[in-house]
Amino acid sequence: MEKILQVKDLELSFNTFGGEVKAIRGVNFDLYKGETLAIVGESGSGKSVTTKSIMRLLPESSAEFKNGEILFGGRDLTKLSDKEMQKIRGKDISMIFQDPMTSLNPTMPIGRQITEPLLKHQKISKTEARKVAIDLLRLVGMPKPELRMKQYPHQFSGGQRQRIVIAISLACNPQILIADEPTTALDVTIQAQILELMKDLQKKIDTSIIFITHDLGVVANVADRVAVMYGGKIVEIGTVDEIFYNPQHPYTWGLLSSMPSLDTEDAKLYAIPGTPPDLLDPPKGDAFALRSEYAMKIDMEMDPPFFKISDTHMAATWLLHPDAPQVEPPLSVIERMKKFPGSRYYEGSAN
Amino acid sequence: MAEKLLEIRNLKQHFNVGKANEVKAVDGISFDIYKGETLGLVGESGCGKSTTGRSIIRLYDATDGEVLYEGENVHGKKSKKDLKKFNRKMQMIFQDPYASLNQRMKVMDIIAEGIDIHGLAKNSKEREQMVFDLLETVGLNKEHANRYPHEFSGGQRQRLGIARALAVDPDFIIADEPISALDVSIQAQVVNLLKDLQKEKGLTYLFIAHDLSMVKYISDRIAVMYFGKMVELAPAEDLYNNPMHPYTQSLLSAIPLPDPNYERNRVRKSYDPASHNYTEGEDVRMREITPGHFVDCSEREFEALKAGSLKV
Repeated sequence: MEKILQVKDLELSFNTFGGEVKAIRGVNFDLYKGETLAIVGESGSGKSVTTKSIMRLLPESSAEFKNGEILFGGRDLTKLSDKEMQKIRGKDISMIFQDPMTSLNPTMPIGRQITEPLLKHQKISKTEARKVAIDLLRLVGMPKPELRMKQYPHQFSGGQRQRIVIAISLACNPQILIADEPTTALDVTIQAQILELMKDLQKKIDTSIIFITHDLGVVANVADRVAVMYGGKIVEIGTVDEIFYNPQHPYTWGLLSSMPSLDTEDAKLYAIPGTPPDLLDPPKGDAFALRSEYAMKIDMEMDPPFFKISDTHMAATWLLHPDAPQVEPPLSVIERMKKFPGSRYYEGSAN
Repeated sequence: MAEKLLEIRNLKQHFNVGKANEVKAVDGISFDIYKGETLGLVGESGCGKSTTGRSIIRLYDATDGEVLYEGENVHGKKSKKDLKKFNRKMQMIFQDPYASLNQRMKVMDIIAEGIDIHGLAKNSKEREQMVFDLLETVGLNKEHANRYPHEFSGGQRQRLGIARALAVDPDFIIADEPISALDVSIQAQVVNLLKDLQKEKGLTYLFIAHDLSMVKYISDRIAVMYFGKMVELAPAEDLYNNPMHPYTQSLLSAIPLPDPNYERNRVRKSYDPASHNYTEGEDVRMREITPGHFVDCSEREFEALKAGSLKV
């Protein structure tokens, strides 16, 4: 498969009054053409910062690239000037934000907001742009698009506004679409519609999507591959089945077992103890060690490297080292592993 | 079943009454809350679930209907003394742990506010001890008492909100989306805390949320609201295994679960209120289909549901 974006050894810090916050501490991943890569993790894990650094949307005054590169179309995005970046933003790479209430301009009719990227990036006339915008609105399922072009954001519901944001982001047929918690502010029924819409559109225009969320249900729904972030690093990456049915990192275990499934018994919910690490002063060794019951001595000393589980699946935990003792994952995770051929708990196929 | 703690009778909460933009946020709902149970209240934003909670605790004056707490109406004319009595029994935990704590007050004073108002502590020493105990109950410690809210993380702040609610030793707590603003790993901590406290102190909860999997986990019974009306009320297990109202079915079919195989095969149902084909003046109300399982339906649908031949 064709790699469309490569993030290599990315390190990024914020310079604050309190000191240097190491928000991203060595992130590596590739994005393939036409796939959806989900990035999950809690707030502060660096998932939004990673994507914002791809878009170069971080404040230049405080955010600083320390190391690494972001390769897109043969160019390193971290080195581009603002002007060059403007040609990419909204055209080749575009973004959908979390809150459709604040990401639209309240004083501008939505028609103008949709034609804006078209007029900027493509040499077309206003009338043509208008036509394209109406088509886009129809594409995202907005009824009576001609009439609604003249309306302002406050005249739309939350779900409709997110559809408009999606229409804007798709205006120039981007190669990469970054969706930062696009459905978090929406109700489940509307969320389901938006997710279906995004999957539909992806098939139609063959764009690659980076989908950021902390909702594992949404991940299971949309993702082809999943990257789990913790403390400014990717700790596990693999196909959606590998992450959900054969997870290897204790943090992934914790995440998966702290969500009640609809058939969770009355048993106590597993809660990851403690709070995420302070990236002003990142802990030595494995950042998750302090919250993990599986932590070993070496976790406090040395950062674990990535261990390969399959061609597509990697996890950064010392538990995968050949010398590490074999541990039992939490019960709910073992239940999951029973469904995965190749895991040591596999119980044969259900059919 | 256990004793009724609260009876909500035909509660209506309308805003802008008599104006063109009148909103019927809650439009005639009735249900009971039993002692020691957790009743989950779910629905989309704007369906009136938060308004219901706020009307019950009298943050709004109800337009019509009654809220009976142990047989006494919460609404209507009340002396200051009577109001105080109610306020002690009912407390609320809010959604946003950032906005619901006064930034300029120390944790000690935030938590002790209720203690002061109700005069529960004889002297400052006792007051201090009560706050320390409360902090410990919610998994914080007494060093935290002298700090300000901004020094805490979201999960810790929600613990402070819980400690404040517990300060006056209430019987009934309304939790309005208490975990929506928290991270997944922290949500579990707060939910476990709420469950433990319930066991320990015999609390009764009204748990308002839109995260259905969490609601099912914490609730004994669940009520589903749609546009100011209640459409279904049933024991949690029953509601999930056998949803009868088409809106509940559509709501349940929309929840994404952390299970890729399930997600690949999930079929979403959509709900169209017109599908009921109610005739003008048809008597549509909550009817009990199986014991404890109420559905908003017409006489015709009721018969069909009872016969089990048709979902509403």
